[in-house]
Amino acid sequence: MKCLVTGGNVKVLGKAVHSLSRIGDELYLEPLEDGLSLRTVNSSRSAYACFLFAPLFFQQYQAATSGQEALRCKILMKSFLAVFRSLATVEKTVEKCCISLNGRSSCLVVQLHCKYGVRKTHNLSFQDCESLQAVFDPALCPHVLRAPARVLGEAVLPFPPALAEVTLGIGCGRRVILRSYQEEEADSTVKAMVTEMSIGEEDFQQLQAQEGVAITFCLKEFRGLLSFAESANLSLSVHFDAPGRPAIFAVKDSLLDGHFVLATLSESDLHSPALCSPELHRLAPPLQAHSTPHLDDFASDDIDSYMIAMETTADSEGSRAVPSIPLSPGLRPPCSPGPFSEDHEAEPSTEPGTPPPKKFRSLFFGSILAPVHSPPGPSPVLAEDSEGEG
Amino acid sequence: MKFRAKIVDAACLNHFTRVSTMIAKLAKTCTLRISPEKLNFVLSDRVASGGVSMWCELEQENFFSEFQMEGISAENNAIYLDLTAENLSRALKTAQNARALKIKLTNKHFPCLTVSIELLSVSSSSRVVTHDIPVKVIPRKLWKDLQEPTIPDSDVSIYLPVLKTMKSIVEKMKNISNHLIMEANLSGELNLKIETELVCITTHFKDLGNPPPASEDASQERPPEQMAEVHVDIRKLLQFLAGQQVNPTRAVCNLVSNKIVHFDLLHEDVSLQYFIPALS
Repeated sequence: MKCLVTGGNVKVLGKAVHSLSRIGDELYLEPLEDGLSLRTVNSSRSAYACFLFAPLFFQQYQAATSGQEALRCKILMKSFLAVFRSLATVEKTVEKCCISLNGRSSCLVVQLHCKYGVRKTHNLSFQDCESLQAVFDPALCPHVLRAPARVLGEAVLPFPPALAEVTLGIGCGRRVILRSYQEEEADSTVKAMVTEMSIGEEDFQQLQAQEGVAITFCLKEFRGLLSFAESANLSLSVHFDAPGRPAIFAVKDSLLDGHFVLATLSESDLHSPALCSPELHRLAPPLQAHSTPHLDDFASDDIDSYMIAMETTADSEGSRAVPSIPLSPGLRPPCSPGPFSEDHEAEPSTEPGTPPPKKFRSLFFGSILAPVHSPPGPSPVLAEDSEGEG
Repeated sequence: MKFRAKIVDAACLNHFTRVSTMIAKLAKTCTLRISPEKLNFVLSDRVASGGVSMWCELEQENFFSEFQMEGISAENNAIYLDLTAENLSRALKTAQNARALKIKLTNKHFPCLTVSIELLSVSSSSRVVTHDIPVKVIPRKLWKDLQEPTIPDSDVSIYLPVLKTMKSIVEKMKNISNHLIMEANLSGELNLKIETELVCITTHFKDLGNPPPASEDASQERPPEQMAEVHVDIRKLLQFLAGQQVNPTRAVCNLVSNKIVHFDLLHEDVSLQYFIPALS
């Protein structure tokens, strides 16, 4: 295999690698007929990401030397990322990037041709592997929304960088709602701040979903694709189904496409109130289409009844009025390994690391074996038959 | 009990955001006291805060275009809420390009201060960000601990130097010792000292000026050169200084020998009083 990337595309490639590094620790590189594919999956198999760069993205693209099988390899994400560590430097100094792999050498060679005749060569060791392939089809998802990445970037701005999960859905008045999702621990009375962003339908290029549908997914993983889409000025589309089924986030242009497939929390895992329910109308007026100030009265302030209850308890108990609610800074530790809702088949994950949303179920993965080869090394652990829920 | 307020002016919003950021740096949780004329951020000198206390006051009409509140009762027309200061600061920071900001006391499964922000947006559609900040309503019986502190009779009262300078000096001193001696006199001299077995470091600030004395007698009694000193925990002083992002309009330090250091600051129209007790 030999690919040559020049000019601004080097930075695009670097940015894609940065995005992928937010998901997994290993990068699967596979030169295909229709382009170079870079894929990764997280250790709990709840997130999968892939970028496909078309042959035209490259100044020169040779998937396989004639007569040879196209090689597939798996590299440490850390090593590949190190090549593109500083995107600012890459943008300023790198003129060409050449990625080559031949069966005889045991290294993936990434060579950066920089200004002033400087040439940086990275020899990255790799492992042969079978193709990492997640089976998913955006067309099968009933709900779609699509917006310029900038809109979605602005939408996630109010949320703290450490927030692990977010709920995305359609609220009343066809407004798209993003709300911070907090896992509530049974024994904790600590309440976290809830942030919600509401965007009008008009900001979306496509919105095909009914009021009330919502999914909850890992925000940190989504940010990976979002930052790529923002820098490339692309539109990002979100294809989703019922809670629990994976959501597909996609970007596309003539030279590349990217897909992030993220697991979503299933109904049984969700604690937060539905985005658009009759009960919520009473509790959370902001979810409605923006009302004029005059209509905004104290109707939702039930604090009086709470206060009255409190005073009477104070009289009878004499010491403390109500159970106090100790407060925390509202930020949950990003890697809280919550109880993993494990009532399913999932393959035992062999890696010790635990990514944040441990309770996300494993995505459905298919295993695609090359017709001639049998998998040479330990196969990545993949899930099973399609009848299983996602 | 009801509370609802609105800010539409960008400058007022920025100022209020700066105040909340300062409070978040000074205290993890604090009490917000809402009364018809004022808002106060209060930290009472509980053991939890290490004896440090704070009283920050602002006139609501300097910030809010609309302000309505109803306290517990007509005789006790105030609301006391405990909240995590950082939540408020974070919520306000998202209002950078806001057309309007509303704050309301609500009860969404638990009492909240709901901050609702209408953002300016390029397109015709509006964007609304809502933050529900959990709060704890403080019952009337506990209000007595959260009243405006009485200003102690100080031995020396002196204007402070530029706080950023003070902060960078105190930061460096912290690496050497936790025990700081603050001393000042009525000749406009302030010293910050640390003493260890190996080294003694003193930073001298001169010509700071002293505010006019409260009463004639007080000034005549005390020799101008005589230093009043207070030993404090350097980390508490540093936390106070770190909270002052902008140099205040007026900054006075009152020392009560071996008892307490009282900072009296004015940031434009917001007053802040901060008390650090002496090390026992």
